[in-house]
Amino acid sequence: MGGDAGGGPGPLQEIVFRNFYTAFVSVRVQRARGPRRWLTCVRRRRLMASPHAEQGAQDYFSLPRHQMLCDVDQVTAVRFILRQPSPVWLHFTIEELQIFPPSQKSPPKDFPSWLSQLAPPQQPPGPHAELPDPEKVSAEAQQMWVLTEVIRARQAAARIGRFDVDGCYDVNLLSYT
Amino acid sequence: MVDAEGGLSLTIARVVQRLRGSSLHSQLERQARVSLHKPEVKLESLKEDIRDFLKTSGWEKKLQNAVYSELNVFPSPCHPAAPPEHMKEPLAYMRKAQGSWEKRILKSLNSMCTELNIPLAQKRPASEQKELLNKWNEMGTDEPDLSLFRPVYAPKDFLEVLMNLRNPNYENGEQPSFRNHLGLIQVPLKVKDIPELKEDFSELGLNIGQLGIDDSAQVPPEFFENEHVRVGQKVLAEQDSAAAQQYVRQGCPTALRAELWALILNISNQPEDILYYEQLKSNVIQHNLLVDSLIYKDVKLTASNDDYYFVFEDYLYQVLLCFSRDTSVLEHFAYSSATPPKSYIRGKLGVEEYAVFYPPNGVIPFHGFSMYVAPLCFLYHEPSKLYQMFREMYVRFFFRLHSISSHPSGIVSLCLLFETLLQTHLPQLFYHLREIGAQPLRISFKWMVRAFSGYLATDQLLLLWDRILGYNSLEILAVLAAAVFAFRAVNLMEVTSLAAAEAVLADLSTLKVVPLLQIFLFATVT
Repeated sequence: MGGDAGGGPGPLQEIVFRNFYTAFVSVRVQRARGPRRWLTCVRRRRLMASPHAEQGAQDYFSLPRHQMLCDVDQVTAVRFILRQPSPVWLHFTIEELQIFPPSQKSPPKDFPSWLSQLAPPQQPPGPHAELPDPEKVSAEAQQMWVLTEVIRARQAAARIGRFDVDGCYDVNLLSYT
Repeated sequence: MVDAEGGLSLTIARVVQRLRGSSLHSQLERQARVSLHKPEVKLESLKEDIRDFLKTSGWEKKLQNAVYSELNVFPSPCHPAAPPEHMKEPLAYMRKAQGSWEKRILKSLNSMCTELNIPLAQKRPASEQKELLNKWNEMGTDEPDLSLFRPVYAPKDFLEVLMNLRNPNYENGEQPSFRNHLGLIQVPLKVKDIPELKEDFSELGLNIGQLGIDDSAQVPPEFFENEHVRVGQKVLAEQDSAAAQQYVRQGCPTALRAELWALILNISNQPEDILYYEQLKSNVIQHNLLVDSLIYKDVKLTASNDDYYFVFEDYLYQVLLCFSRDTSVLEHFAYSSATPPKSYIRGKLGVEEYAVFYPPNGVIPFHGFSMYVAPLCFLYHEPSKLYQMFREMYVRFFFRLHSISSHPSGIVSLCLLFETLLQTHLPQLFYHLREIGAQPLRISFKWMVRAFSGYLATDQLLLLWDRILGYNSLEILAVLAAAVFAFRAVNLMEVTSLAAAEAVLADLSTLKVVPLLQIFLFATVT
């Protein structure tokens, strides 16, 4: 099962989608210059750990540019090939497909100052070499900003511990909505 | 999926966000300021010197423990495009099923309210408040008339719901085929098989010392027990949560268990925690909730009738009544598939400024709920510490046992894991029980929902809960349930009805948990 997406030529930064029971996805692109054949930029990316089981079946996935096999500047068409070898599912597809060219990601509005104050990690010996480079950390600020926004929204119901409204907690019945 | 680098940055951001403004943060700042007076802290190398001071004074370890605790409790961050409900539960049909189940519970509670003509909540008159305050330490002596109250639901009602759980995108044909599961659970969740479990629970292996086996009377303590206790004392001296979690996988010595569990869950019973508990107590005194009667009824029906736990009846009220008023429990709904019930102040229906959660902690207790608290009473005698330990155990583990989710430690996965293990390794037994109408899950469900509390002897139960904490997973419950069936397989093959099968498995109080687990995982011929 596959699908095409086309438009004017442009560079590709990231593809984001929500899975719906697809086990493997491959992505091919057609470029503006060069031969008119389809080049594979993502080969058989596994989305579900086991095609018969639910894990990963409705998760969100990103395919960023740096994980693609070919150069994705000047792309005119994108083709998605979805595979689901298991016979137990009635339908499979991908949903909420979004393709981001590099310029379109809106810059973070005003992310909190502490995000940019993250101290560079010490150079401790041995196994801590996986600490991220601080440049890369602030380069991921877009994602961090989204996360802090979500957290901020959730903290609106503050941790004061009061469950009543102005000292009153006379409740009659539970609400179904 | 967020790729590894992005995921790590997001995790760091989340942990920093959660720890900022916490009391640990202000204590660290205060300690840093205090250290300025110390001679070893010099102005030229201020940053490094303060860092070294925090390391040597043990404050860095406290921060490490707090970070470790956050990483254990919250799931890994979702994709940025994912909405909040995705972190609660990624599968849409499970969210829907949980919503319907919750609606049923709400209806049941509302109808109880209208039938008995009792409000869900009301303020206590001053005389009643004074009386309750005087009686706080002996609420068990009260004999209120609870005959009209009934538990909102029992585990077997919940099992019916789980049995009817279906994925609309799955071929649930009527004809028996490879698609249909032979057990009661029909959703295709991924569960581990024995080779994977052997790897995950490798510390339970036959060649590794265990408390529960290698501390028995026949084994000289020099072989394992003495050394293990010595290591435990060292872990406590270091105050390292991660080390403690690794250590308890081989079992906790009884004398060290209370402190080790508190270290793993990062509970320190600071003055502000005691104050918080007192605040909850005053909330209990001020407002009377319908849920209180449900708690009373549950304690009277379950823990008070249990030979081991009836002595703790008063403690149970002191913990559970306060638990219902604790709004900090609402935080766990971010990663639980459940949603707290909502209500409105009388007369302000639909007005959002007067919307409240009911009960304040969003958790409606069911039949057997008090058994989650009872075993902890053996370890903690100070009410505020007992309370905090229970609350942390609930928001880390127990909430998964009564909500519908696809999480590997959720009750649905545990049920499927149990049925799959039994079917794969005891196929004859499974087939026989199925043929006589005694589906094994019907018997083991109540054990798993209560994390075996009230079914095992208390020392065995605590050894089991050691492993739950050590592995940060409830899968061990399903493995133990299968191991119990394997142990009694010979008797079970001879029964011819569900009632007879129940009778064979009615009394688990003589079972030794650790040998059963070891044999099932590591010594069963596959």
